[in-house]
Amino acid sequence: MTSRRALLKQREMHWTISRLSHEILEKNRGIDNLAIVGIRTRGAHLAKRVVREMEKIEGHQVPLGIVDITLYRDDLQAIGPQPVIRGTDIPFDVEEKVIVLVDDVLYTGRTVRAAIDEIIDFGRPRRIWLAVLVDRGHRELPIAADFVGETVPTAENEKVDVLVEEEDGEDAVYIQEMKP
Amino acid sequence: MKLARKDLLGLEGLSREEIELLLGAAESFKDVLKRKIPKVPTLRGKTAVNLFFEASTRTRVSFELAEKRLSADSVSVSAKMSSHEKGETLLDTVRNLQAMKMDFVVIRHGSSGAPHFLASRIDASVINAGDGAHEHPTQGLLDIFTMRERFGGLDGLRVAIVGDILHSRVARSNIFGLRTLGAKVVLSGPPTFIPPGVEELGVQVEPVFDRAIEDADVVMVLRIQKERQDGNFFPSLREYAIQYGLNRARAAKLKDRCLVMHPGPINRGVEIEPQVADGPRSVILDQVTNGVAVRMAVIYLLSGGEVEHGLVS
Repeated sequence: MTSRRALLKQREMHWTISRLSHEILEKNRGIDNLAIVGIRTRGAHLAKRVVREMEKIEGHQVPLGIVDITLYRDDLQAIGPQPVIRGTDIPFDVEEKVIVLVDDVLYTGRTVRAAIDEIIDFGRPRRIWLAVLVDRGHRELPIAADFVGETVPTAENEKVDVLVEEEDGEDAVYIQEMKP
Repeated sequence: MKLARKDLLGLEGLSREEIELLLGAAESFKDVLKRKIPKVPTLRGKTAVNLFFEASTRTRVSFELAEKRLSADSVSVSAKMSSHEKGETLLDTVRNLQAMKMDFVVIRHGSSGAPHFLASRIDASVINAGDGAHEHPTQGLLDIFTMRERFGGLDGLRVAIVGDILHSRVARSNIFGLRTLGAKVVLSGPPTFIPPGVEELGVQVEPVFDRAIEDADVVMVLRIQKERQDGNFFPSLREYAIQYGLNRARAAKLKDRCLVMHPGPINRGVEIEPQVADGPRSVILDQVTNGVAVRMAVIYLLSGGEVEHGLVS
């Protein structure tokens, strides 16, 4: 059996998302020019919540997009059969926008690299910030998050699972040790 | 879901699921083509060769673009510029190409079955870009994609295919694909152009053109292929135009939402009047646009790509 401990429970996860939303608004001085882009799958759900949170605070909706990085992965050759394309949907012009990329866990940084490449293919944003719920370290690329929910030192054989109501039926973050 | 095939040789024998998988992936790639930078890095490091033993503008450019939009490297060879002229056999040509590590061979050839011959002899994926009067599967797929885009589904759709059915690989690929997806296919044209026994493919033959198109949802007009006519199939182009040409008077009587399609190149004033080819029912240029997305889907899926069912947006 693997051992599993909770890093964030439901209420803590909600507070964290709320704090991240406030921090983003503070840094951008409001919602002007702002757009949120979630990375499929769980980053997209978190991005929707950030947009909802911002609407509560500011009273206006911030544009929301979703990226699916399948076509931009750097390990297609290595993993053989290619993973699934589920579609990218960026329904606004990214030109000159301040884009906040949202993902659940920041780990090697490769997913973020792919997402940045994909967004840039839609145009030239003013800037791209990165917001993540959990930063677990072990970067393989020079990438850092601008907004972090929790920083957790982890071992390579540990797994960080962010669960969201929409996909998993519960909101929580767990750390699990994987037995070799 | 993934396409468990090495090659795409025809639409005959493809299951409904396989065709729908290809069409679904093509939708994703159509979105990619609308981006500011309409290119994805997916197939970096893969190499394609386009071998065209017959003339082609549209299909060849469409394949080349599809390969480039997926970031594959590609080279194109046309028969006149190749060692074929020096007497090299098809198999030797392709073996040499394979020695240079090709992953995909896109082939158009005047002989039916040429792509099948290669597919069983080389490791690279073979894509049929038209073989003799046999099949042209990517054209069939892009036609079906264009219909599906307008009508949502193909079940029960009435598609009239008109003209030189006998020499048409486009007609054959469409018949296989459309029948698999549940559309009704009506063929019309001079009796010399209707292959005997074609009803066995599950299609209806209606020699009277006006009757064939009267309640069609799609009228697909085929080109009169002057280069393939060694016999006298009809008295004159003028007479053909009068009897089987889609002119303004006929187009005016079509159903409200009926689409006019043509695989190109068009002979204006022969099988179709210019005003109809450029008219509001015509989706001829949409077919060409969709061709690139469909070919990207074919190449992506043959290289092992997957599409999650129902989530392609």
